[in-house]
Amino acid sequence: MRATARLVARADGHGRTVLPELRGESPLLLRQVPAGDGGVTVYVVGGAAGPLAGDELRLDVEVGPGAVVRVHTVAASIALPGRPGPVSRMLVRATVAAGATLRWLPEQLVAAAGCAHVGDAQVDVAEGGTLHWRDELICGRHGEQPGHAEVNTWVDLAGRPLLRQSLTVGPDVPGWAGPAVLGGAAATGSLLVVDPARPAEPPAVAGTVARLPLAGGLATLWTATAADAHTLRAYLEPPTENRSWCGGAPPEPVSDQHSLAGMGG
Amino acid sequence: MAAPTMLLLLADGRFPAGAHAHSAGLEAAVAAGRVTDLATLGGYLRGRLATAGLVAAAFAAAARRAAWSSGRRATLARLDAELDARTASPAQRAVSRRQGRALLRAGRQIWPAATFDDLPVTPGGPHQPLTLGLVGAAAGLDPAQVATVAAHATVTGSASAAVRLLGLDPYQVQALLVRLAGACDATAARAARAAEEPPERLPAAAAPLADIHAEAHATWEVRLFAS
Repeated sequence: MRATARLVARADGHGRTVLPELRGESPLLLRQVPAGDGGVTVYVVGGAAGPLAGDELRLDVEVGPGAVVRVHTVAASIALPGRPGPVSRMLVRATVAAGATLRWLPEQLVAAAGCAHVGDAQVDVAEGGTLHWRDELICGRHGEQPGHAEVNTWVDLAGRPLLRQSLTVGPDVPGWAGPAVLGGAAATGSLLVVDPARPAEPPAVAGTVARLPLAGGLATLWTATAADAHTLRAYLEPPTENRSWCGGAPPEPVSDQHSLAGMGG
Repeated sequence: MAAPTMLLLLADGRFPAGAHAHSAGLEAAVAAGRVTDLATLGGYLRGRLATAGLVAAAFAAAARRAAWSSGRRATLARLDAELDARTASPAQRAVSRRQGRALLRAGRQIWPAATFDDLPVTPGGPHQPLTLGLVGAAAGLDPAQVATVAAHATVTGSASAAVRLLGLDPYQVQALLVRLAGACDATAARAARAAEEPPERLPAAAAPLADIHAEAHATWEVRLFAS
């Protein structure tokens, strides 16, 4: 299936965000849900199973100056095999203007056995824009080995490269599950936070979560591996004003339930 | 193509650029209990080749291609920013720049007639792959050869560190490297092809544990290797 969707957000000049454009097509449908704080929340509703091999999906997101947009998905995306040969592709292109905020916090991508999936994100954040961008990849459904999945995240900040990250797993990828890449973890992901209002924080590590200040601007990447999707999500909840999880050194526990073991050595 | 001896000299671990002081993340992986024997070392080296090795080799080959081009300074500056964007861990960025500085010192002494002044001036030093590209140009290597040097260094550095860290049998470790030679050559060939693309399109293969291990290692008070 081929599908495109587009979301354009603008500030209305009275502290609220409006969506002059919000359109999609199955299996990439967009639904706005009520939000209380002036921003808008949009859910990507999968109108069909998938993505299946052969699917070509594209979502464009444009967040204008001062607008605030949160994007979620209603359920995990499960990349599945289709006809032999072709891959499934999901391309998300987003622009975030000065003073705008985009929180891209979808559910996880599950790479099912036999899948061949490529997820591409190309994000341009203007100077003074705010971005939360989370990528989570689950390698196989319960107890199975994943197919081929590639997650590419390309982010520019103020016209300069900020993050280029390409994570590839699958039976044809050398060493992906080994001790240099995932160390047998079934779940991995990252959360990029670009926030001009947030002070720079030093690098920190606790167990298999690291907080990494990036070189290309005031931005931080949290990166993690975990045994399962639930634990990974606990590691990659966006920080709030009052909570800077994965704290400074010495590492603090994320929460009572998810106390992180210190790294050996 | 350069004389084979020049290629061997640059790839030699005894080339005075301080490579022996680095385990390329292996020391932290050993401490975390993830690399314990020859089999797990093999998995580690394959993963390194496919991620950090591919990226380093592609950037080295791209810098080598830029070496004799007219827009050399601008291209090297773009490569520097693009490599930073592919190196999320501050500890890994610092290590790459420290190794680049050491290699640059050697390059300036060995090839006094070569120009290295177009490398971006940054507080920590130039990234190692960019420096390797220019040193390779001074040595007369082509981009594919420079990529081979980079890919080869990815596996040999960690392998010799493994002998010291795990007390592995050097013959067995060397046999592992021999088995990986084909993968190493394939990585270099892929990197050299990728280096024909513009800087923003170069490979960005990530390894979450490499970032996590590097930051953990940087906090240790006592360590055998600098990375």
